[in-house]
Amino acid sequence: MTTPPSLEVSGLAYAYPDGHQALFGVDLTVGRGERVALLGPNGAGKTTLVLHLNGIHTGGAGTVTVAGLPVGKKHLAEIRRKVGIVFQDPDDQLFMPTVREDVAFGPAAAGVRGAELDAVVRKALDRVGMADYADRPPHHLSFGQRRRVAVATVLAMEPEILVLDEPSSNLDPASRRELADILRSLDVTVLMVTHDLPYALELCPRAVILSEGVIAADGRTGEILADTELMARHRLELPFGFVPSSVA
Amino acid sequence: MGAGHAHKLYRHAHSPVHELPPHTKLAAVLGFVVVVVSTPREAVWAFAGYALLLAVVAAKARVPAGFLLKRLLIEVPFVAFALLMPFVVPGEQTEVLGVSLSVPGLWGAWNVLAKGTLGVAASVLLASTTELRALLLGLQRLKLPPMLVQIASFMIRYGDVITDEMRRMSVARRSRGFEARGVRHWGVLAKSAGALFIRSYERGERVHLAMVSRGYTGTMPVIDEVTATRAQWRYAAALPLTALLICLLGWTTS
Repeated sequence: MTTPPSLEVSGLAYAYPDGHQALFGVDLTVGRGERVALLGPNGAGKTTLVLHLNGIHTGGAGTVTVAGLPVGKKHLAEIRRKVGIVFQDPDDQLFMPTVREDVAFGPAAAGVRGAELDAVVRKALDRVGMADYADRPPHHLSFGQRRRVAVATVLAMEPEILVLDEPSSNLDPASRRELADILRSLDVTVLMVTHDLPYALELCPRAVILSEGVIAADGRTGEILADTELMARHRLELPFGFVPSSVA
Repeated sequence: MGAGHAHKLYRHAHSPVHELPPHTKLAAVLGFVVVVVSTPREAVWAFAGYALLLAVVAAKARVPAGFLLKRLLIEVPFVAFALLMPFVVPGEQTEVLGVSLSVPGLWGAWNVLAKGTLGVAASVLLASTTELRALLLGLQRLKLPPMLVQIASFMIRYGDVITDEMRRMSVARRSRGFEARGVRHWGVLAKSAGALFIRSYERGERVHLAMVSRGYTGTMPVIDEVTATRAQWRYAAALPLTALLICLLGWTTS
């Protein structure tokens, strides 16, 4: 008995209603427990792909399957519980008056109530080290703390796969490292969309490049980052002085 | 970023009034206000009675008189309107300190002033003893349409975020040498307001996306339920019921 992969995307193509085609047949399989970095220049279709994973965008060609469940109208509630998306701006993600209520939102929408709900919320906040801030309003937290709470709001739903959109953006180095420690400690499949290549190398053994609407490369993160010709072709650049082989 | 941990109107304390469930307080204040406005304006002593009742509530809630009076200032624009009435309402005239004033106008001014002040004072007491969050839960409990409660709740959550965005835009304008000095600059301010609207609208779309991604289907899930015991209801009802008694006496004696 084999468990189905956390995520299976096959032949996914999508054009926006205004005619702009963003995806031209994406194939991607992410096995359970893997941590994969999704790299690509601006406008490559990364966000469009992410919004397909939980059925916000549908209707193009191809299929998306999450833990064996096809993404579609029929299983939408189940899919959205299984795919936890952490958006880039925590102020968009945290919309409830207090941290606790925000973390409770997803499970409560799924019908969890009372003491069970409290336990779920506490556990999720513990996992990101934010349990002491449960009753604070989100706008009184630092940016790094808000990002961590945003991760907790999604963890509370016990997702099959955690999808992070630019998790390290706007974080100071300490918060960036703290978040990395948290992500490493989680026992969950991760798909991380990022421009922060050292972060991708640090956290994800495997990386894929999405460029012009297709998967242009798929391999070990260290090898991809070291392939200067491949990197240049897809407008990917390492920070000054960063040599992947020196850390990997 | 934000000023404090609670809203400016709220005054943190431990008192029997603070501890009442929010929906009982909301119902009590609404009942009180309805009773006050139904009182005949000629029953002057009844209004003194109401004021006394509120003073008792304020004392129980440990809200100092100065705090209450300062917050009553919000009423000033309405007071100005009330003060005009004795001069402009037609009808029987009377002389006060050599100035000719209309008698119905004086009664009208008194009516607006007395009922308005009592209503505002009751609301200020409610706001200073109940956190905003609790008020929303109370409204939800009293079966206010969920959409209205959601809108109010988002207003509270994003008020600071949007104010902050507005401040950043203002800093950006000034950093490029712009100072709004007169009518000629209103165009720039109007464009900024438009840009702020579009930004907020787009944020709304992103927030909606985040909500849908976590299973939102149009109704907010119930996370905290507020409940009240009979004793708490009775305690809260003391205010409107005593007021009702005064009101009835007012109708029978005037």
